[in-house]
Amino acid sequence: MHLPPFQQLIDAHAAELHRFLTACVGPVEADDCLQETLLSALRAYPRLQHADHLRAWLFTIAHRKATDAVRRSVRHRTSDLDGVEPRVPAHSLADDELWAAVRGLPMKQRAAVVHRFVFDLAYREIGERMGVSEEAARQNVSVGLRRLRLEVTR
Amino acid sequence: MNELDRLSALESDASTAVAAFRRRAAEQGLLDVAYAELDSPLGLLSLFVTPRGLVRLAYGPAEGELEEIAERLSPRIVAAPERTDELRRELQEYFAGERRGFDAAVDWSLIRGFATAVLQATARIPFGAVSSYREIAGEAGSPNAYRAAGNALGSNPVPIVVPCHRVLHAGGGLGGYTGGLDRKRYLLHLEGVLGK
Repeated sequence: MHLPPFQQLIDAHAAELHRFLTACVGPVEADDCLQETLLSALRAYPRLQHADHLRAWLFTIAHRKATDAVRRSVRHRTSDLDGVEPRVPAHSLADDELWAAVRGLPMKQRAAVVHRFVFDLAYREIGERMGVSEEAARQNVSVGLRRLRLEVTR
Repeated sequence: MNELDRLSALESDASTAVAAFRRRAAEQGLLDVAYAELDSPLGLLSLFVTPRGLVRLAYGPAEGELEEIAERLSPRIVAAPERTDELRRELQEYFAGERRGFDAAVDWSLIRGFATAVLQATARIPFGAVSSYREIAGEAGSPNAYRAAGNALGSNPVPIVVPCHRVLHAGGGLGGYTGGLDRKRYLLHLEGVLGK
């Protein structure tokens, strides 16, 4: 059983994982999430049965850490958000507002939209990185987009 | 929604998080092997340490060693210069002529069998002294196995720190050296064994 040196995973994927996490949870949480992602990966690494799909494996862990981070912050902030309605004028979103709308999506749709529009991936690749079928990836992007449009044109 | 194309302009920098990861991984005992490179008068050196000590010192970039060390020791191998600070300081002092021995521990994991006895005997040759292949074989318990001793010295995973450069031919010839004879000559000169 031959696994590549863990440093090669860091060299090849830390930057794109961090970019993915920044897109999903914002720059502050992204640092924490990347640390947690790499720690979990390093802990489990010697037990992997094969060295295929290491990138998809890392993205799966990152997705889980982003989900955990969102759950934590929702627990902290729920009361602040009660009754707050997004008021975003159509097609004139500032970048911050656009990101806020993306980061307001449920995590699956958020990750799918990020893979599609930040990384410009095809649905098949999005499916691989999310551990779902190509069709499910397409579905997540499409539902996410529909929700974004609602936010944006409200 | 063309507006979303703007999302692709997102930039981020992973370096702070990666540094914090390394620190936490070390604290949690997950760094089976940490490594760093060091410029020296003998060219670039790469150092690999485990929690037990220095396991490999190679002439040349770390890249050339990574795969083999991952396979032989552990794939949990990460570039973490801060784990080698003490050793790098000692090596710099040694090359500056301010140090005659190394305090940093050696991890003998990459050495097997007779080679262990040979290299441990070699580790006892003091700064400024030399030995011969035959003497070292004798110290290791097999006076006639000087060829095997030569092979063990040639595959020393921690040159400089385990000073295989101090082993010469009985007749005074330099013998061989993993890093090339120019490096052996340099080290013997540094230690005052070869004349100016």
